[in-house]
Amino acid sequence: MSQPDDFGFNEEAALLKSSAAKFFSEHFSADKLHALVAQDPSPDRAPTVQWDQALWQQMVDLGWTLLAVPEEQGGVGMPLVGVAGLAEELGKAAFPCPLLATLAASYVLTACGEQGHGALADIVNGETATLALSNATGSWSPADTNVVAEAGRLNGTACFVQDAGKVSRLLVCARSQQSLELYWVAANAAGVQLQQDAILDLTRDQAHIEFRDVEAQLVSGAAQDAMDAALPAIWTLLAADMVGAGEWQLQTTVDYVKQRQQFDHPLGFFQAVKHPLVNVMIAIDQAKSLVFNAACAVDCEPEKARQYAHMAKASASDMAVFASSRSVQCHGGIGFTWECYVHLFFKRQKHSEMLWGNAAWHRARLAEILIDAAA
Amino acid sequence: MADKQIQDTPEQAAFREQARAWLADNRPGDPPVRLPQSALEIMTQEQLAYLQAWQKSACDAGLVGCDYPVEVGGGGKTDCQRVANEEMLRARTPYFPNIIGLGMAAPTVFYHGQDALKQRLLPRLFSGEDIWCQGFSEPGAGSDLASVQTFAERKGDKWVINGHKVWTSLAHFAEWMILLLRTDKSHKYDGLSYFVVPIRSALGKGVTVRPLIKMTGETGFNEVIFEDLEVDDAFRLDELGKGWQVAMTTLAHERGAGQLVTPRAGGMTNKSSHITTASALVRLAQATASDGATAADDPLLRDRMMQQFIREAGLAANQRRARVPALQDNPMRLSLQNKLLMSEIAQDTAGLAMDIQGAASSLYLGDPNAPAGGQWPMAYMNSFGFTIAAGTSEVQRNILGERVLGMAKSK
Repeated sequence: MSQPDDFGFNEEAALLKSSAAKFFSEHFSADKLHALVAQDPSPDRAPTVQWDQALWQQMVDLGWTLLAVPEEQGGVGMPLVGVAGLAEELGKAAFPCPLLATLAASYVLTACGEQGHGALADIVNGETATLALSNATGSWSPADTNVVAEAGRLNGTACFVQDAGKVSRLLVCARSQQSLELYWVAANAAGVQLQQDAILDLTRDQAHIEFRDVEAQLVSGAAQDAMDAALPAIWTLLAADMVGAGEWQLQTTVDYVKQRQQFDHPLGFFQAVKHPLVNVMIAIDQAKSLVFNAACAVDCEPEKARQYAHMAKASASDMAVFASSRSVQCHGGIGFTWECYVHLFFKRQKHSEMLWGNAAWHRARLAEILIDAAA
Repeated sequence: MADKQIQDTPEQAAFREQARAWLADNRPGDPPVRLPQSALEIMTQEQLAYLQAWQKSACDAGLVGCDYPVEVGGGGKTDCQRVANEEMLRARTPYFPNIIGLGMAAPTVFYHGQDALKQRLLPRLFSGEDIWCQGFSEPGAGSDLASVQTFAERKGDKWVINGHKVWTSLAHFAEWMILLLRTDKSHKYDGLSYFVVPIRSALGKGVTVRPLIKMTGETGFNEVIFEDLEVDDAFRLDELGKGWQVAMTTLAHERGAGQLVTPRAGGMTNKSSHITTASALVRLAQATASDGATAADDPLLRDRMMQQFIREAGLAANQRRARVPALQDNPMRLSLQNKLLMSEIAQDTAGLAMDIQGAASSLYLGDPNAPAGGQWPMAYMNSFGFTIAAGTSEVQRNILGERVLGMAKSK
């Protein structure tokens, strides 16, 4: 199989990306984000779920939650390159919502085959979902789940569940006597106890969820296969979000160093400031190009999807840390304050960096493909 | 990336097939002498003759100048040079000797020269029969290129040139030089003009070429001294005082940010040619014993090798994305990164290779026990030529910060 030179980024994809950019620039500025999520600066604040549900409903009405559901199941079935363009714009706005979580669940459910169709129909009907698979040590490997399934009932705890406070359904990885399985559960089902984590990132929520004899619907008896099939798309979309957030950090910081004067020059005149910001741009561009390369592989060259998605997430993770550190540093004293918006993106990027594995983890997996498998 | 197939247009697909078939039958055999790592270090007539014969045959087969019009000796095709380059890389051919001509002189003459000049110069440039060199840098004009002092004084319809150029690769073989000089001392930028100058015929008659020795011990670049050299006004490119604008065309192509794709062959693996890629690092690491295992088992080296794979793949994907307008906000943003990234990636790859080799990286070309014939230490040193030439990495970062991000111009 081969990749089209333009990544398959067609008119439809370009239209989705530009309308998403327009949507967020019209409806959700960084001012609004700060007003929405940064009301309480106290370090020991109680965890809350802050988001603009009216605006989220508009996104649902635009059909964005259906993009990853196949056409045969009533969704849009958009190629991943198109969805990645949307994820980039979402990251640039840092809009708190369960879009990436719902898209991730859709990719996993699609990989479940016929058994996943009922759950996909729920998503078509407006339900939102997130994956519940990590254990208390934060392993991203589904095989390490701490949830046990017996006769269709779940017991145990899933940790580090993303945007858990915003979704109506959970896609839970659980181990039964026979195999590793996936279950579809209503977030408000009897026996589901959701405990919000107090997290650094103000633009997300995260929870650990305890299951006590919860009745659940089996959607796959081969969870590892379904996850393996979906993970390249999940990593790639997260990396796309990070690219968008990185671009916000770059543009905001560049605007600042053009305007702020010291020693009779704008800060950007000085190469000690200029060159690191150019390096941030280079890092963003590498990550962005690798995101579309990976997305195109998922669409057109599946045998390379995992390899290229590791590259995209590794690149985006390093970029996110670097862009974050420079955005605060180059803003100087004001950049260290709560009132300056750069900390919102700094925290989102640090969260994204570790989510689904940091750069070193992805490079270690990549080495298994490029060194050990090639030996 | 070599392992990736990108879909071709029908014209490209047909051309690719034709190029692949020709290369299967006509890839040249091993060279009779040790070749240097790139055309910039060609030292002997024997090396040059072998490489010139290869360029001539590739040109006759339509693999050089593919995207230039037929009237100037090109192939008259659309975006096929890239295909030819991919196929020549795949076939592991030798590189082309006329690297300055193909990469810098040809696009500059094409965009700024008069028709008669293009028709006279370009066919012999493409075939490699005329080797070209570049007269830009001077002892007092490096990163600050616009301060060149080489001066041309008008004398009827001729110009009399005096001055001193340095770092002039291939000048010792060149028929022609692209020459940036001053025709007006009162304006820094607007006082510059641009000529093509036949230097070989003027050796000893106003032109002196003297070799400079690189840190690797090789020659290949020179200093060139002009003493009252007379040049016809017909060899001027574009208008008087437009030299800086013409030089920007040269530099854009030199940095991989120009309109025309440079014909580029290379990749032949033999004792004399060397590939600096991340895949080569893996092969090296697997062949290098280390602590009872191989260097390919060392977690830190593995991580660094993967970083190089990612940077290479990122660069290739950048080059693709640069052709998708909907995926970029500024058309210069990606193309202006090309030269910077290529040179820095190559430098770090060669540096990592030496770390993989460990103690054996101390052995140089003259040592029979040097791994890979001592090519990696040489590649590491040579890589600094690329991070310095054509605008240092520091100048590249200024350009990106100013032209793309709009920050104030640094002094």
